[in-house]
Amino acid sequence: MAENVRPRVRVPKTAAAGEVITIKSLISHKMESGQRKDGDGNVIPRSIINRFVCAFNGETVIDVTLEAAVSTNPFFEFEAVVPEAGDFSFTWYDDDGSVYEETKSVAIA
Amino acid sequence: MAFTRRKMLILGSASFATATLVGLPAFASLTDDAIIAITGGAETSDAGITLTAPEIAENGNTVPVEVSAPGATSIALFASGNPTPSVATFNFGPLAGSQTGATRIRLAKTQDVVAIATMPDGSFLRASVTVKVTIGGCGG
Repeated sequence: MAENVRPRVRVPKTAAAGEVITIKSLISHKMESGQRKDGDGNVIPRSIINRFVCAFNGETVIDVTLEAAVSTNPFFEFEAVVPEAGDFSFTWYDDDGSVYEETKSVAIA
Repeated sequence: MAFTRRKMLILGSASFATATLVGLPAFASLTDDAIIAITGGAETSDAGITLTAPEIAENGNTVPVEVSAPGATSIALFASGNPTPSVATFNFGPLAGSQTGATRIRLAKTQDVVAIATMPDGSFLRASVTVKVTIGGCGG
């Protein structure tokens, strides 16, 4: 597991039913591209997050496939509909098999 | 046949020209191949898709891009000048508030960023923006 991986997500605490909200997500990860070389000229092996999924009460909002060209600390901003109160789940899948998860609850105002 | 100096020069420049001609299309087709893999070679239209990227990026390591294509089922991003052109693919689920995604990407050099949106009716939209990069973002 890559060290110091910390997901950060910004979701409004409350929303009106059916409202479209903006979600920002960021996870600290070095996203080693597999293109770089170390001081001795050896290629540093690729180690990236290859998939990011956001779902609300089990229904998919967005499912992103990432390649090596996504920057360090992958950031995503997107919009989601909130039909009812519930939980947003955010899942990041690492190349090494690790899965990082984060959950945010939204109440109906 | 004896090789004179003149003949050698002609031969040399001819082989150089061939190498450049062969080299260029092979380089450009990496992105085209990736796009054809999605569209199957179908025609793409320009209307209904917006790709926002800075005109000049000082640091190729983090270039903010935003893409929006109302109604699309998925949007794929490509960087034509990177060693591997694929950047990211956004697949929108039933609860997506809008078919918009923003992220930060790496660009190796000045190049075109291309977005291909897949529509539910099987058509494709394409948008492209040229980004000037001062410092490349792929190590080296």
